[in-house]
Amino acid sequence: MSLFRGRRILAGAMTLVAAAAMTACGSKTTDEGGATGVTADVSGDTVKVGLLNSLSGTMAISEVTVRDSIMLAVEEINAAGGVLGKKIQPVGEDGASDWPTFAEKAEKLISEDRVAAVFGCWTSASRKAVKPVFEKNKALLFYPVQYEGLEQSPYIFYTGATTNQQIVPGLDYLKSQGAKSVYLVGSDYVFPRTANKIIKAYAAANGMTVLGEDYAPLGSTEFGTIVNKVKSSGADAVFNTLNGDSNVAFFKEYKSAGLTAAGMPVVSVSIAEEEVKGIGTQYLEGQLTAWNYYQTTPGAANSKFVAAYKAKYGADKPTSDPMEAAYVGVHLWKAMVEKAGAFDVEKVRAASDGITFDAPEGLVTVDGKTQHIAKTARIGKIGADGLITEVWNSGKPVAPDPYLKTYPWASGLS
Amino acid sequence: MTAVTPAPPSTAVRPAPAGTVPPGRPGGRSRLRTVAGFAFGAALLFAVAPLVLSDFRLALLAKYLCVAMVAVGIGIAWGRGGMLTLGQGVFFGLGGYAMAMHLKLADAGPGGMPDFMQLYGQLDELPLWWRPFASPWFALPATVLLPMAVAFGLGSLVFRRRVRGAYFAILSQALAAAMVILLIGQQGTTGGTNGLTDIKGFFGYDLDDPVNQRMVYFIIAGTLLALLALTRQLIHSRYGELLVAVRDGEERVRFLGYDPASVKLVAYVVAAGMAGLAGALFVPAVGIISPALIGIVPSIEFVIGVAVGGRATLLGPVLGAVAVAWARTALSERFPGTWTYLQGLLFVVVVAFLPGGLASLWALARRRDGGEPPPRRGWLSLGRRRAERTEVPAA
Repeated sequence: MSLFRGRRILAGAMTLVAAAAMTACGSKTTDEGGATGVTADVSGDTVKVGLLNSLSGTMAISEVTVRDSIMLAVEEINAAGGVLGKKIQPVGEDGASDWPTFAEKAEKLISEDRVAAVFGCWTSASRKAVKPVFEKNKALLFYPVQYEGLEQSPYIFYTGATTNQQIVPGLDYLKSQGAKSVYLVGSDYVFPRTANKIIKAYAAANGMTVLGEDYAPLGSTEFGTIVNKVKSSGADAVFNTLNGDSNVAFFKEYKSAGLTAAGMPVVSVSIAEEEVKGIGTQYLEGQLTAWNYYQTTPGAANSKFVAAYKAKYGADKPTSDPMEAAYVGVHLWKAMVEKAGAFDVEKVRAASDGITFDAPEGLVTVDGKTQHIAKTARIGKIGADGLITEVWNSGKPVAPDPYLKTYPWASGLS
Repeated sequence: MTAVTPAPPSTAVRPAPAGTVPPGRPGGRSRLRTVAGFAFGAALLFAVAPLVLSDFRLALLAKYLCVAMVAVGIGIAWGRGGMLTLGQGVFFGLGGYAMAMHLKLADAGPGGMPDFMQLYGQLDELPLWWRPFASPWFALPATVLLPMAVAFGLGSLVFRRRVRGAYFAILSQALAAAMVILLIGQQGTTGGTNGLTDIKGFFGYDLDDPVNQRMVYFIIAGTLLALLALTRQLIHSRYGELLVAVRDGEERVRFLGYDPASVKLVAYVVAAGMAGLAGALFVPAVGIISPALIGIVPSIEFVIGVAVGGRATLLGPVLGAVAVAWARTALSERFPGTWTYLQGLLFVVVVAFLPGGLASLWALARRRDGGEPPPRRGWLSLGRRRAERTEVPAA
């Protein structure tokens, strides 16, 4: 059969080439060095750092502001002489709101650009996607966003709040205001689902009733049914873990259903100054938020940060908690490197414990064991001018407890 | 074959539209060319690429080649069979999740549970439907057979009922959306939006080791070449001609005594199997499978690659898929802020000026050189071909 012969030649040729290739590259890998621990390139008079944020896609609106504030911190540090005498050279990559792309770009920043540290990521899914990449290469990520806790990677520094610095204080505040029942509304992904597990455990131990729990797909704008359920539940308060555009639709529906901040307040954990501007203050006035920083937070460090940010990006640009946490992350990294006297990742990690920084949100301290930072919890009320003013704070920085080990009611969670 | 719908007599005598129908059996020269082409492709993938590319770039190429495998399948179903499958992500996902579930269980060790289950699900024991995936003898065949079974079930219903065209495309897309919602909702057992990540080992090989990553690349490159060889045999076979005939005139084929539903079903199931295999190999290459990889947007992106490359050719889908994925990486690295616009522009240019895809570039150049009058190309030819293919749907 002529056809059969053709295939045999083909198979033969393929095997030959494959065998040749295998042997050719088998020897090549050995001289390329070990599998893990790509070292950063600090041979020149600059040191590269990676900026990994979504500049396109659904998360871009939030993540671009984080990138901007990282750039501000980099410029400040460079103007003051850099880190260990080296100027920081930022390398930006677009995570494109797509988790596998985050992993690809993280690998590129580490192995091609040989950056000393990476700053960025927003969603938990993107963090989970890059975590193995950083652990494999023994490289550092500074993650700037409040998250659902229950994680502690040796190669990630978490500069945003973990649950006991945001969600638990939010619940404590509601309890102190006499709330006996809550309704949970969230976007359908890992953070809200995990946060709500924690809230339910808290409620069970603190005599609160959870009257309902509803999830909307990310980006959903259909809230008629959910708001009706919230209304008829008669809950004392709503705990909102919705993310992004969904908040616009939710709060419009909430207002048109006749619900008010006075009658049934909503505590949100993903609405900061930037989002308030997008949703519209007429829908949000009087509602509550739980964060660690507001643009209005008093203190010289914050006045300086806000003024510098507005000078660089425009007077109408607000500053928010994740932006501040990202800004703090860059400064903390600088302090760690200088304490360690080297850019070497293991030395930086070893030097991290006890590093403090007079941040815009107040004094923060790095906890070397969990690689989270101690920060003050603040509950705020959204004003008519779009700014958030603090109505309660924890008085002193709350030590991070990502696995909620110090809370008896949370024993079943981790 | 029952229930023959009488075709309008006028269409029965009209000659079949020329163009994409391949010669029934390749002649001597064409066979030689194919062998040379495969040898060239193999040399490129097995020798040149590993020598020229860094470990990181080679890993990226492995990812692109997985997308190319899906594209080969779409080339058969859409390019040859005329079924616009906007939901290949489902089959890619089934294959990927089947493989990832096995690798996660292998990482966890005997009796162990994947890390996320305790975190998000607070489960005390492995869910029943996860258990069979602990065995490689179940999981490995499942990566291909599971997508094929789903495609068979869906295809049997859909093609028998003569759902086609836009309705079929919408249906396949709805399936992708439904699967994503299902996966996200079952966070405790599927990992939710995070998907299955942090895969450390691949049948005893440590995936953190670049040598093993290279091995995964070679497996992927070899599989892609094997799929291409298989596809070539398929489209040059009697069945391949029948498939094109069904695409160009389903009613006529029915009139001739064939069952178009079965013909289409085979192509759809084969395409699903290829997508499943691609998903399974994607997991060790990239180390993650998540709903973001299998929903509506990635499903459309698979099709875009095929359209850019040229859907009815053998190599077009592969070239297109690799070119689109490569352009995405290259543009986004060079222009992190504006690359999406450039990528969009690229699609518009290709679709507007090169409707036959990248694969038609070569044919176009050859015609020009040969001095033959170049056939009319561009928007017109696409429009006309479409018009010709429009037929009265059967009652």
